[in-house]
Amino acid sequence: MSTNTITTQKVNFKVFRFNADEDYLPYYENYTMDITSEEVVLDVLNRIKWDHDGSFSYRRSCRHGICGACAIKVNGRSTLACKESMTTMIEYFGNDITLEPLSTKRAIKDMIIDKADFWEKHAAVTPYLVADIDECPSCENLVSPHDAEELNEADLCIQCGACHYACPVVEINSDFFGPAAFAAAYRFESDIRDNDTGRLTNVNEEKQGVWDCVKCFECAEVCPKDINPIEKITKLHQMAFKKGVAKNNVATRHAVGFLHSIKKHGLLDEGGLVLYSEGPSIVKHIPVALQMFKKGKIVMPWNMPKSDNLDEIQKLIKSSSTVKF
Amino acid sequence: MKKLKYALFTGCTAKQSTPEQMMSTLAVARKLDIELIELTEASCCGASHLQDYDDFLSLVLNARNIAYAEKHGLTMVTICNTCQLNTAMTKHRLDKNAELKAKVNEKLAEVGLEYKGTSNVIHFLYAIIDDFGLDKIKEMVVRPLSQFNIAPFYGCHNIRPSELHDESHKNKENPYNPTSLDDLIIACGGKNVDYEEKNKCCGFHVELQAPHTAAVLTGNAIAGATDNNADMMVTPCPLCHLKLDTQTKHASEAIGRDVSLPVLHMQQMVGLALGCTPAELGLKHHVTEVNFI
Repeated sequence: MSTNTITTQKVNFKVFRFNADEDYLPYYENYTMDITSEEVVLDVLNRIKWDHDGSFSYRRSCRHGICGACAIKVNGRSTLACKESMTTMIEYFGNDITLEPLSTKRAIKDMIIDKADFWEKHAAVTPYLVADIDECPSCENLVSPHDAEELNEADLCIQCGACHYACPVVEINSDFFGPAAFAAAYRFESDIRDNDTGRLTNVNEEKQGVWDCVKCFECAEVCPKDINPIEKITKLHQMAFKKGVAKNNVATRHAVGFLHSIKKHGLLDEGGLVLYSEGPSIVKHIPVALQMFKKGKIVMPWNMPKSDNLDEIQKLIKSSSTVKF
Repeated sequence: MKKLKYALFTGCTAKQSTPEQMMSTLAVARKLDIELIELTEASCCGASHLQDYDDFLSLVLNARNIAYAEKHGLTMVTICNTCQLNTAMTKHRLDKNAELKAKVNEKLAEVGLEYKGTSNVIHFLYAIIDDFGLDKIKEMVVRPLSQFNIAPFYGCHNIRPSELHDESHKNKENPYNPTSLDDLIIACGGKNVDYEEKNKCCGFHVELQAPHTAAVLTGNAIAGATDNNADMMVTPCPLCHLKLDTQTKHASEAIGRDVSLPVLHMQQMVGLALGCTPAELGLKHHVTEVNFI
């Protein structure tokens, strides 16, 4: 809009500083700047370097949300610096803004991190098309618009790492592939030209695979390209069942167990679900279950509440089920 | 003000592992003169797990639940963040996609139901804050919780994805800096505690398949609240409550530090401030004892 007026406000920045070659510990430097409503986070990084301290380091390249180099954390939120307006950040967090690398424990110098784990995970999901393609084709290998839609825009990922370092599981479980790698796996798994046979099994393995996702939606919230990685994670779960590669383990039984429970009661039978999922391993839950029982938190099987009109639910399960396990 | 009336989707835990959540919901509704019509026909929402198995079936079942709220001509209130997510997500997808809605309705027709898209789906927390009003709650407080530092624990599925939250509710909630529960704590006379984990994940959904991850997340949350001088935590989500209340032993082992705090359901906190008795609020049903009453 041409009528927009540029406004300016004072913002206090607390900026993470660290040089792995010289510093024993990281520290924070404070800068106060007048920020205009037109500036993006990358402008702030540039101004820190150009106006305050030439040694300040960060990754940048395209300035157009395509190269994925400049992702950092603003007040703990993964942010692609060239895309995010300072006005939005001030709206979110007020006038005290903290700038940190995507992962402080992986910091090399200031905003620059060692993204090795990200690229290792990415490489581990066969992030390319596996197909027997004629090396000397006589015409283009066309994909219909309908089939192309199956990718659900997973191909727009710029590997900025925003979701990966926002994922709480990545921080705890070093085997976990993480949301970006899963989105990449989905991008090729959903491509009709692809005929890889191992990828889906690989991303469904315990510890590293989709079943360890905690469903927190942090990845969907931070993605600067609106790729919605958790939607892709959900689809990888579903594909594993549809294509028959889902293994019979505690995670898959936990998903399928809901169906059995709903069929029987309408509602979830909590104890029944744990038993169905864990099998004999249920014994490890006994100490907590006893504590819960003492506090009236366990309903006995013979007292299980049921939904009214259960016959409707059962009929719908019969007619609407699309998967078998 | 016109009397507020909603269709209540209780979810499953309110009927089993968190009876206190059901009790306190009804107690608070009585105090605030909010009428709740329980949707006794409703099924489980699938808790994001049925959705991993059979997407279409989970849409049909959730659409059926909403159809019952529509029959009453009422907004549906949920009392569980994950019920809220899956129900609101179903509504979002069906309202945006006429073809999918028709497919779902074809199935619902078999049992004489139809999903129209006429009922909103909101969490009870926001019914209290946005519809009833914080100022009115403040006026009704008879036992201000002024001696207490209370740490809000928002629970993922009420605040993320934020588009879904904002589409379902009257007022926006910033997923990085949420304020609703903080405001409610203040309205009840308490001191709200700010800490890093307040909008983070409790780990509930992977408790069976990834117990270590789940336990660390729970431990971090309680530790974060403790380190910021919280006397107790409060949450609008019964699944978060189950983790924070019953899993402290595993959480402590996982993070190598003993952590334990009393955890109130959002409804219990409001109920206490409004003068409900501990018995009405089911405080005896907590594994980590509520020892300050």
